[in-house]
Amino acid sequence: MARAVTTQRKTLNTAIAWGIGLLIFFPILWTILTSFKTEAEAIASPPLFLNFNWTLENYAVVQERSDYMRFLWNSVIIAGGSTILGVIIAVPAAWAMAFVPSKRTKDILLWMLSTKMLPAVGVLYPIYLLFIRLGLLDTRGGLVVVLMLINLPIIVWMLYTYFREIPGEILEAARMDGATLKEEILYVLTPMAIPGIASTVLLNFILAWNEAFWTLNLTAVDAAPLTAFIASYSSPEGLFFAKLSAASTMAIAPILILGWFSQKQLVRGLTFGAVK
Amino acid sequence: MGRIQLKSVTKSFGDVQVIPPLDLTIEDGEFTVFVGPSGCGKSTLLRLIAGLEDITSGSIDIDGADATDVPPAKRGLAMVFQSYALYPHMTVRKNIAFPLRMAKLDQAEIDKRVEGAASVLNLTDYLDRRPGQLSGGQRQRVAIGRAIVREPAAFLFDEPLSNLDAALRVGMRLEISELHERLATTMIYVTHDQVEAMTMADKIVVLQAGVIEQVGSPLELYRTPRNLFVAGFIGSPKMNFIEGEEAAKHGAQTIGIRPEHITVSESGGTWSGVVGVSEHLGSDTFFHIHETGLAETITVRADGEVGFRHGDRIHLTPRADVIHRFDIKGLRIE
Amino acid sequence: MATQHSRSVARLMMAPAVVLLLGWMLVPLTMTLYFSFKKYLPLRGGDLGWVGFDNYVRFVSSSSFWPAVQATLMIVGGVLVITVVLGILLAMLLDQPMWGQGVVRILVIAPFFVMPTVSALVWKNMFMDPVNGLLAHLWRFFGAEPVSWLSEASMTSIIMIVSWQWLPFATLILLTAIQSLDSEQLEAAEMDGAPVLKRFYHIVLPHLSRAITIVILIQTIFLLSIFAEIFVTTGGAFGTRTLTYLIFQRVLESQNVGLGSAGGVYAIILANIVAIFLMRIVGKNLDA
Repeated sequence: MARAVTTQRKTLNTAIAWGIGLLIFFPILWTILTSFKTEAEAIASPPLFLNFNWTLENYAVVQERSDYMRFLWNSVIIAGGSTILGVIIAVPAAWAMAFVPSKRTKDILLWMLSTKMLPAVGVLYPIYLLFIRLGLLDTRGGLVVVLMLINLPIIVWMLYTYFREIPGEILEAARMDGATLKEEILYVLTPMAIPGIASTVLLNFILAWNEAFWTLNLTAVDAAPLTAFIASYSSPEGLFFAKLSAASTMAIAPILILGWFSQKQLVRGLTFGAVK
Repeated sequence: MGRIQLKSVTKSFGDVQVIPPLDLTIEDGEFTVFVGPSGCGKSTLLRLIAGLEDITSGSIDIDGADATDVPPAKRGLAMVFQSYALYPHMTVRKNIAFPLRMAKLDQAEIDKRVEGAASVLNLTDYLDRRPGQLSGGQRQRVAIGRAIVREPAAFLFDEPLSNLDAALRVGMRLEISELHERLATTMIYVTHDQVEAMTMADKIVVLQAGVIEQVGSPLELYRTPRNLFVAGFIGSPKMNFIEGEEAAKHGAQTIGIRPEHITVSESGGTWSGVVGVSEHLGSDTFFHIHETGLAETITVRADGEVGFRHGDRIHLTPRADVIHRFDIKGLRIE
Repeated sequence: MATQHSRSVARLMMAPAVVLLLGWMLVPLTMTLYFSFKKYLPLRGGDLGWVGFDNYVRFVSSSSFWPAVQATLMIVGGVLVITVVLGILLAMLLDQPMWGQGVVRILVIAPFFVMPTVSALVWKNMFMDPVNGLLAHLWRFFGAEPVSWLSEASMTSIIMIVSWQWLPFATLILLTAIQSLDSEQLEAAEMDGAPVLKRFYHIVLPHLSRAITIVILIQTIFLLSIFAEIFVTTGGAFGTRTLTYLIFQRVLESQNVGLGSAGGVYAIILANIVAIFLMRIVGKNLDA
């Protein structure tokens, strides 16, 4: 759109867009602000926007009382572990599909994507049962495996699209230059694919962090990540808005930051390339 | 050193045979050009020689040894790709050094060869840049440098100049030819541009639909094309083809006469026609003549000073000794 | 680049992913099917034998079935309408020249990255609470009686919460689609004399239709299985018990595994129908 637009029009656009943007963002903003209020201020009427006594007491309370760090650590391990495990399994598969395609490649890829469409509730009980029998209930390892499996299609898919963008001729040049398969992957493919791999890791970490079906149903005390921790605030006692805000802010802040970097990946990963 | 022999080589993709049984010998040190229209199989042939594709049947010998099942890395050939295929994350130095690293040479030897190639190709100032920071011509040279350092048995070029603009193309053509003079290594060069073929080759292989139409030196192909296809492909502008009565007069189904072998005159000549479009290049002028009764259009080359205009009636005289005759199957009649 | 050698290596490299996903798909699925044909109440007697299609019949004839279907349709439908319509408008707005576009994008995208449990609880307490919520304050400011959102207008509340979460997704996708529209097409139409609305209707909308279809299909698949938002707010009460939630309750709360499994099979079939359409479009794109 290389046409000059009147400053007037641009100002109007800016005003409307910022207005709507802030409106949509408002709940998050409100949560962050409330986390710094006292409980009394949190329910003050009329509501206080910025002029209150900023305090960090809620953060302290949440951390002490509920051993917040443990839940955080569980989230990190489960999200990180499932993502890394998924990438390790997905890279060879995506390589094979991108560089040695056969007639069945497309069907296999579509089938993999379709496994993600499986409604979790349809296999809830069998998994639950298996977990009990294998002693995996309320373990981080069990959850790492489940989340890896539900995200594997997306990881394979995203890596596949990134690998496809690497010109095949460059890999052929490596082959002509005397590189073995291992050397080709190590010295040429991987360095070129690093941005793609990083994007994939980012998006899937976010998806795993926010996953709220299996994490709620397969954990209790030991392996409960932040999703479950926050859910426990659904039947609270006494005043708790400020504390809820603090807990929520801590739970979502890292992801909001990571999410900012992964917008493009979001489109690629979750529409399965159907939208470019 | 770099003698390559293809014996009854075929290539099929699934059920489609793109190259029927083909025999070809490329002598050591020759600059051989594979030329032909899009889809004729020239790139496929090159890739078969390189080992990047499997042959469906037949065999390939390199220097007398059977190389049919040898992987590309071990054939001792170097390839320059159409898109250059440089490693974007490595500097020029590392790009050129890569094959030597793969061959596990020691660092001193690697440095020596890299610097040697760089000086031959005028890349010494760019050794520490990345491909993204280079111009098209410079990238081209890095790709060639990467091939040179390997001291291969033969160089394979896959349409290396098609991504360059016209002026650059002319310069690079000369550079590659000079390289060949200097290194005296076998070079196999694929192009769809018959000008490149004519100016660079020792030997030209004309291909159509996977079949070799003719093999010969540029002048051989120009003077004695074996069939209609080669006659029409080599030489620009295209040879004029005339059928019917006029052809019968010369005892052929079709005769051919090149635009540069017809003289024009206002007064008299063998044939006559009306001038249609005329193209003025300064040094030459090409007239497209209609209403000759011979063919839809006859193209004629004249000296740049000649100034006939659209609608003028002029006379054409072909040089009798260079009229090409072709029989009903399109093959040359001697 | 295909040679025999590389083909067999490739098959080996795909094996772990394929095997794992095959297992993930088949094992629990088979078990669910197995259970669906049995009367199985772990808390009240355990395995009580085969009952054929009994569970399937009982699931759909249960008095909670049709309300659940209704709830599901309303929530999915409501969210789809809101996110697609607002998404198109927002996407068009964001495509306009303005200052600070990057920041506005972040503001609009943010809700998608918030954990479902967090967003549900934040809305439930800090906005929808009839006494202390911001919306209550707002209502009182205008002199109206505050709404007890989650108990009086529970369906609306859930739809609001979920729409807020998914609007960014729809907007992003549609914005990407709009930005991929070749501006030259629009300029050509302008030179041909078409006014703004006509240009939108004849050029932008058809171009977007593919993206809209995809947004609808993908969101439907994910919306059919929303769980956390209902879990932490209404617990399925006040008519917000979707099919997914119903099945969850049958299986994990009342522990009627046979019945729940039959419901699960229904859910799988439903999801697969939507998935088939989606996969067709994705498949066409893969060829491109």
